[in-house]
Amino acid sequence: MVAFIIRRLIAAVLLLFVVSVVTFSIFFLVPRLAGASADDLASRYVGRTAGAAQIHQMADKLGFTDPLPVQYARFAKALVAGADYSTGPTTEHCPAPCFGYSFITQNPVWPELLDRLPVTMSLAAGAAIIWLLTGVATGVISALRKGSFFDRAAMGIALGGVSMPIFFTGLLALTIFSYKLRLTAPGGSYTSLTTNPAEWAYDLILPWVTLAFLYAALYARLTRAGMLETMNEDYIRTARAKGLPERTVVLKHGLRPALTPILTIFGLDLGLLLGGAVLTESTFSLPGIGKYAVDAIVNNDLPKVMGVTIIAAFFIIFANLMVDILYAVIDPRVRVS
Amino acid sequence: MKKRPAVAAAAAGTALALALAACGGEKTSPGGGGGGGAATPVYNAAIGKVFNPSTAKGGTLRVANSGDWDSLDPADGYYGYGWDFIRLYGRSLVMFAPAPGAEGLKLIPDLAESLGEPSDNAKTWTYKIRTGIKFEDGSPVTSKNVKYGVERSLDKDTFPNGPTYFNDFLDLKGYTSPYKDPTPDKLGLKAIETPDDQTIIFHLIRPFSGFDYFAMLPASIPVPQAKDNGTKYKEHVVSTGPYKFESNQLGKKFTLVRNTNWDPASDPNRKALPDRIEVSLNVNPDDIDNRLIAGDLDLDVAGTGVQPATQGRILGDPNLKKNADSAPLARLWFTAINPDVAPFDNIHCRKAVMYAADHTGFQNAFGGPPGGDIATNLMPPLIPGAEKFDLYNFNSKPGGDVDTAKQELQQCNQPNGFSTNMSYRPERPKEKAEAESMQQSLAKVGIKLALKPYPQGDYFKLYAGKPDFAKKNGLGLMAHGWGADWPDGFGFLQQIVDSRVIRASGGNTNLTVKIPEVDKLLDKALLTVDTPAREKIWAQIDKRVMEEAVILPGVWARVLLYRPSTVTNVYVSEGLGGYYDHISMGVKK
Repeated sequence: MVAFIIRRLIAAVLLLFVVSVVTFSIFFLVPRLAGASADDLASRYVGRTAGAAQIHQMADKLGFTDPLPVQYARFAKALVAGADYSTGPTTEHCPAPCFGYSFITQNPVWPELLDRLPVTMSLAAGAAIIWLLTGVATGVISALRKGSFFDRAAMGIALGGVSMPIFFTGLLALTIFSYKLRLTAPGGSYTSLTTNPAEWAYDLILPWVTLAFLYAALYARLTRAGMLETMNEDYIRTARAKGLPERTVVLKHGLRPALTPILTIFGLDLGLLLGGAVLTESTFSLPGIGKYAVDAIVNNDLPKVMGVTIIAAFFIIFANLMVDILYAVIDPRVRVS
Repeated sequence: MKKRPAVAAAAAGTALALALAACGGEKTSPGGGGGGGAATPVYNAAIGKVFNPSTAKGGTLRVANSGDWDSLDPADGYYGYGWDFIRLYGRSLVMFAPAPGAEGLKLIPDLAESLGEPSDNAKTWTYKIRTGIKFEDGSPVTSKNVKYGVERSLDKDTFPNGPTYFNDFLDLKGYTSPYKDPTPDKLGLKAIETPDDQTIIFHLIRPFSGFDYFAMLPASIPVPQAKDNGTKYKEHVVSTGPYKFESNQLGKKFTLVRNTNWDPASDPNRKALPDRIEVSLNVNPDDIDNRLIAGDLDLDVAGTGVQPATQGRILGDPNLKKNADSAPLARLWFTAINPDVAPFDNIHCRKAVMYAADHTGFQNAFGGPPGGDIATNLMPPLIPGAEKFDLYNFNSKPGGDVDTAKQELQQCNQPNGFSTNMSYRPERPKEKAEAESMQQSLAKVGIKLALKPYPQGDYFKLYAGKPDFAKKNGLGLMAHGWGADWPDGFGFLQQIVDSRVIRASGGNTNLTVKIPEVDKLLDKALLTVDTPAREKIWAQIDKRVMEEAVILPGVWARVLLYRPSTVTNVYVSEGLGGYYDHISMGVKK
């Protein structure tokens, strides 16, 4: 197991390197293919009355006039060893890992990412717990009561959850629960967990439930399908014949084998969400990584784009690694193999 | 038939949710009402007059921005709303009068005792700073602080976003930045003199009669050198206004509280009604609209108007419409006609387009009358000196004058029409609709338009704004829009009609106007200190450009703003370009 983890960690580092190179290259190569020069690229980061001299000065400052490998080497060096940046009257050291300073706001990227990470993690973790519990529970009950009113209603609502986009359900939920009924916090509300846990939960309950509604639907249907398959197996009949409590039959012998595909999907979903729940954060105006990513892309802000891309890739890789490890825990057959 | 109870239940639930969401209109915030003069809300109540006038102080003004400031630093901001808002924590030499209507277009002294005194043929401008003005820490403001503020704004390496008017007009003699200034006091810029603590003198490289507009810019807000930390200064700008920063979480939110060292006696222009101003950043724009309507928010600071869906809701509901204002802007949406692309090198072919275009269609593309008024010439009416005239029957034939257009085509030897391309930015649905309207209307006279979308981010740098590219790709028509930095003929016209600002390398805002007579008139206007005489020249320029038919005006833009009943003393400032005047607003407690 240890050797397995070490191999996966090495592969993860290599993968992150490849992701960073590809992202860096796309940022510069795509405009170059359209005929853009270094000055053309730099003109995005100056005011609207900037002259040619100012634009060229900006191209120099941002390093666009250097060859691409040199620019990437500068970025990689800053990432591992830090770099110095001028604030005007002084020079500021950006310690490792240094993703540089935003081309637009000139704020250091890494502190901003760290500041926004807890928001995204809070959103993802809370929603994940809710959708996992409700989705799996609903799926189990639906499978056990196949064809019943509950089954039909649950699957119907699940269909609605999957079909309606978050920016619709989110805005609707805000309008009803926050602004008309005044039961939940308005958009843009976020209190950190360490400041006030109760306020943290109050601020996030609506985004959690709205996001979970989207995913719970999928998990309910997955669980139902998996349970229906496993509950028809011979070993279930044997377990019942042996006189085991129904609860043990369902949970230990029925649900457990059905969890493997759910776990796979969960790992991917959680990894993606930790990289930024873009639509949810935008809808609820939460200052997380997702919103940060959107702003970075819209504004062609390379340091921010690199930062969020590497963070997002890291979480996806990490989540997949955790899923693989958990397989061994859940499914003894994996341990043996 | 089988019953589908689950589906029926889901449908009923959705219908209930939608009904709840649609119910009612504005909800007053808890504790609303009282505190200031009553006013009956009606549509456009804040245009040309003050809605809900009040002198009552107190409360918290709750503000949201769908994006973020480019910078809170006076040296580095270029958004119009930023120039409006900064007056809460900074005082520039002069400012637009805090008044509705035409009164708000006038410049009045703020930090200075009076408007600038020109000399040396408008190449030298002198201001006297009021005595007794202090920074938030109690230290006195002197002319040297104003000079330092302008000096640092020249450093486009450190502050790249701000305007370059001081860079372009001051006699810099190579000066680049106080951060590279070898003099001990970092006040080595000889183009600005400060003979005493109250006097500041600007020396220009060429005459400029409108220098008071430069003195209005945030760059002239004083900055204490000892507290200047360059790019980090925006985290806590040292205030000279009625409010100072209590907290600032970059990219998230900030709060302003009263500046106890601001002396109202020295500031006849600011009412400073609220006790606190809380600003949230990067808020979903649809959520902003919902919160304004629900009374949970007092001001959408970006001032670009409500979202399209909300606009439909507001205009369709009298209960909401009475709280809306259709604010005129110093902005023109237009189509540039390119004389570098045949057959538009012939003026009659260009005039054919002017006559054939469907002006109502153009207006509809921008949202109908709430989106703007049909423009018959360049300058928006609110710009001082703007004169309306109609050379091409826009008013009498708003759907297009097909007959006259065909006569023009005869004169340019294209009796059956011709083919050309029109560029637009696909990220802008209104521009796409404009291009489609042009395509349909010109087809009536045989002009076939192929529509060419180019990405917004590089539209002017690489495509429509790059002369070689436009010519090579046959861009005979180009969708465009321009808003003045301030409502003045120079601010509006210079960047779109001065042929000398056209660069072969691209990034142009003047796409098609190359008229030597216009260049000469612009130079004459810069020398004309007498305001009415200068305004007449702007009108002459407008007419001359229209005679050449190189710009097809579309609409003089408007924006639909929403004012909740929680705010007092609200009016649209024409001087600031169609925003609510931030320094005058109050809240009901």
